[in-house]
Amino acid sequence: MAEIKKPKLAVWKFASCDGCQLSLLDCEDELLAVADSVQIANFPEASREIIKGPYDISLVEGSITTPHDAERIHRIRRQSKLLITIGACATAGGIQALRNFTSVDSYVTTVYATPAYISTLKKSTPISEHVPVDFELRGCPVNKYQLLEVINAYLNGRKPNTPPHSVCMECKSKGLVCVAVAQKTVCMGPLTHAGCGALCPEYNRGCFGCYGPKETPNTASLAAWWREHGEKNTDIMRSFRGFNAYAEPFRKESEAHENI
Amino acid sequence: MNKKSKPSTHTLPASQLQKIIDLLYDQGYTVIGPQRRDNAIIYDEITSTDALPAGWIDVQEGGTYQLQRRDDDAWFGYAVGPHSWKQFLFPAKKKLFTIERETFRAQAEPADKTRYAFLGVRSCELHAIAIQDKVFRDGPYADPAYSRLRNNAFFIAVNCTEPAATCFCSSMNTGPGAESGYDLLLTELISSDQHEFLISSGSAKGRALLGTMELPEATPAARERSQELLTRAAEKMHRRMDTEKARKLLLANPEHPHWQELGTRCLNCANCTMVCPTCFCSTVEDVTNLTGDTAERWRRWDSCFTMGHSYIHGGHIRSSGAARYRQWLTHKLATWVDQFGVSGCVGCGRCITWCPVAIDVTEEITKFEPVTRDTAA
Repeated sequence: MAEIKKPKLAVWKFASCDGCQLSLLDCEDELLAVADSVQIANFPEASREIIKGPYDISLVEGSITTPHDAERIHRIRRQSKLLITIGACATAGGIQALRNFTSVDSYVTTVYATPAYISTLKKSTPISEHVPVDFELRGCPVNKYQLLEVINAYLNGRKPNTPPHSVCMECKSKGLVCVAVAQKTVCMGPLTHAGCGALCPEYNRGCFGCYGPKETPNTASLAAWWREHGEKNTDIMRSFRGFNAYAEPFRKESEAHENI
Repeated sequence: MNKKSKPSTHTLPASQLQKIIDLLYDQGYTVIGPQRRDNAIIYDEITSTDALPAGWIDVQEGGTYQLQRRDDDAWFGYAVGPHSWKQFLFPAKKKLFTIERETFRAQAEPADKTRYAFLGVRSCELHAIAIQDKVFRDGPYADPAYSRLRNNAFFIAVNCTEPAATCFCSSMNTGPGAESGYDLLLTELISSDQHEFLISSGSAKGRALLGTMELPEATPAARERSQELLTRAAEKMHRRMDTEKARKLLLANPEHPHWQELGTRCLNCANCTMVCPTCFCSTVEDVTNLTGDTAERWRRWDSCFTMGHSYIHGGHIRSSGAARYRQWLTHKLATWVDQFGVSGCVGCGRCITWCPVAIDVTEEITKFEPVTRDTAA
């Protein structure tokens, strides 16, 4: 095959813990193949060498929380042919979006000795609230195999296989026993986007909803079921206020259980 | 399968069941049987009767499943769990073929030559397998993978004497006693001083195996007890489904307001379709290696509760939860009959138990009383 120019890949960080971009480095066995297929042009976690844009693929991690970042994401968008958000922060605002439900000023004055030095936005928002996004990969953190799948799909001009159905389908496909039915565990699985491979149920825990809302989630029905079975409103509210608290279906359901 | 020659019934001491498992392994079978794991009775490979869920019963209701100790140490004293034999004959994920870019030739996945022996198959489950046979094996486009696994399998049915509260096979004519579709049939008889099985064969394979065992004929008293247990089991079932009525109600009421009500409750999580032993929907995914030199096509379980299931160019046909629930129930209980000649439901109750919000098909069906003409339009 004739030598073709390798697509340039950049990885960008906003308000986040780095866990998602580290998933790329965690691809140990496949990493060399990735490096063979793309030119890693901008990935400070992996290499000090920074190659100037434009870039073919930009992987964006993190949410927008400062005025500076709200500017920076536009510059990145302008240099990127394809912009893919990776993880709950970039896709839904992340755990730091809990600030969106209260006044950030109160935190700033509590946490920082000199609040005047802090320049922050009132809300933590997903990348898609600022610029058009080509693909959103879910998860907190993203699943490294799904990340590879997205890059792979792009390289081969096909649609990534990241189905938006419930975690339950992954659970059942693996032959796991439903923790909600057999153990009365509060489980977000029926509302949550697949992708993790039903990690928590496999370890006998309820799903925490790390991958955010699935397609057409019926949050009200499951919340009502929990309520009927003795869960307190505050606990129901907290179930929806995790890493994807600001994703609309979860946000609305959590608000429905606020202060009642 | 050779039946109707009224096979003789023998008595098998419980200690001898191990011998059957051993004989099956000697013949090259992989024996799959019930075991207790993660607070449920599931199906997995089994080599010893010690692994059977002795003394456990599954107490089930809508949205709940709990294992409790029985008064006795019965090995098959439960109804059905979250697993079904479907996961072996129609695996959740299966590679179909590989294509190399160079040659552009599809290389079919080598056939799975596993010979399964399923131990503890319930009558409802035999009926479910017979339904999947119609779908995968007996139609004009047979699925070779399913057909091979299924034709190679050995079925040891166990009459169901302990139905769960969610069971309704008696009203579906699919149980609790097994009538056909098995190679061997067991009825567990247990008392304070005795633990034995009645055993009979339902096929040449079963007869051959039984022939090597030299077992005594069952006593009339034991047969009578077995009959009694089955009658009692049928009487224990309070949930019912009238197949004929269900079909008529559903076909007459596609616009019934109750669909909307169901849509507000249904999570469209797809659990009911995953645990259903007859649901057969699948989708395919194509994957490539990074360089694109090799591509593979995989088949995986799908469900009519996903949006993708009804996606055709330009959009989703069934975008509301109500529409998807209607699709499932109407297919299962009504149009399935038109398509395959039998109902798609066998009354095992799994969809009731494993629905996270306890939607009960036997109850929901009663809500479709005909509406007046103007609301129906």
